Amino acid sequence: MNTTTLPDAEVLYAELVRQLRAHVTRETAIVGIMTGGAWLAERLHRELGIQPALGVLDIAFYRDDFDQTGLSRNVKPSQIPFDVQARHVLLVDDVLYTGRTVRAAMNELFDYGRPSRIELAVLVDRGGRELPIAAKYCGALLEVDPAQVLVLDRKETGTFGLSLSNSHRERRTSS
Amino acid sequence: MKNPQLNEHGELQHLLSVEGLPRDTLLHILDTADSFIGITDREVKKVPLLRGKSVFNLFFENSTRTRTTFEIAAKRLSADVINLNINTSSTTKGETLLDTVDNLSAMHADMFIVRHASSGAPYLIAQHVASHLHVINAGDGRHAHPTQGLLDIYTIRHYKRDLSALSVAVVGDVLHSRVARSLIHALTTLGVPDVRVIGPKTLLPAGVEKLGVKVFHDMNHGLAGCDVVVMLRLQNERMNGSLLPSAQEFFKSYGLTPEKLALAKPDAIVMHPGPMNRGVEIDSAVADGPHSVILPQVTFGIAVRMAVMSILAGN
Repeated sequence: MNTTTLPDAEVLYAELVRQLRAHVTRETAIVGIMTGGAWLAERLHRELGIQPALGVLDIAFYRDDFDQTGLSRNVKPSQIPFDVQARHVLLVDDVLYTGRTVRAAMNELFDYGRPSRIELAVLVDRGGRELPIAAKYCGALLEVDPAQVLVLDRKETGTFGLSLSNSHRERRTSS
Repeated sequence: MKNPQLNEHGELQHLLSVEGLPRDTLLHILDTADSFIGITDREVKKVPLLRGKSVFNLFFENSTRTRTTFEIAAKRLSADVINLNINTSSTTKGETLLDTVDNLSAMHADMFIVRHASSGAPYLIAQHVASHLHVINAGDGRHAHPTQGLLDIYTIRHYKRDLSALSVAVVGDVLHSRVARSLIHALTTLGVPDVRVIGPKTLLPAGVEKLGVKVFHDMNHGLAGCDVVVMLRLQNERMNGSLLPSAQEFFKSYGLTPEKLALAKPDAIVMHPGPMNRGVEIDSAVADGPHSVILPQVTFGIAVRMAVMSILAGN
């Protein structure tokens, strides 16, 4: 698996916008998963001229590994500033991997109401799913070494970049 | 000496006292509480963090408000809550504290919320229970009431934002107040530069200056230029004892009236841990007035307790 050369995140972003334009209406609500997905959602919201205010989710209270990892040190409030009931929601994340984050995000979203439809848009799908979850819109498929974490960075200019780092689990992983 | 509140990783295992808690831990609790505030606006006013966990409210001393807010907090975290009013149960039949705790542990408790008239009772329980259990002190004797201290500092931060230039006055019966002790530790740990205690000599603990506070016996001097005024409850049983001439006399010198409050900053906030004695430590015009944040304190208390429980349960 050779992942030393990562694609240009801006090219992937342009591809994602191209796919979304044909399907998203001004009434579609956009919800980004913190932190990378929220950056992405912020730009998509502007670029696609979305009407409902931008939503952001911090899924810390819905994670399925709370018993192993404890509560994250930097929980931020989730904000869903529109009525979720009967709404078409586009859920946005930077990297789709096991699918557990998306599951947690969907659970959290349902605590605000019953959406008519949820679709998933991601910049990168790196495979490795542990749940039956798939992205409808995707910038690229990438193979990444399971020992590595693929993360989205936002530069000061607002442009995106992708980078790799070693294992992301900050706290006791074995327990 | 090992801090009995921390586990072998240096994480919060029990919440027994604000004293000795690192600044980072206090900020972690306050920041986490921020994220719990919005949950009551949702269709489903719950998050699944403590799903499948059993929280036992163990109140050896009565307190409707504290017990209720802990119960609501635990339920909003999806825990199962069992309330025990120990006054009317086993201990009156002679069971010891630790036997009671052992029996409840055998019922698969995950967390104990303990209120006890004896200072140190929650420490005894924390040292006794198995390592997967968590203990929260909900008030022990005159010693500590950490979640109240935390919700007080949360309230101050909510209204004043920057803690680094504040003057906070704590007024009344500091001697018997576990709330005052917990709040003073939280204020000094988080770097509030000017903390004052105001009260008659008989109701201020000897050596209180050692906690890093300025002592005033005259309310007019003590309140001058304050950003925050925290009134303490004067407990009924103290009113006619040797410590005080009478409730009326106390009100004259230390009751918070609109006239006295006018000495503080124009945007000062007034707090009280409840239950209030109107006309003893606080005038109704102040308690119900525009400076009062006494009811928001109660609301914030739920979010702060949710934060404490979820941090403990994850450690």
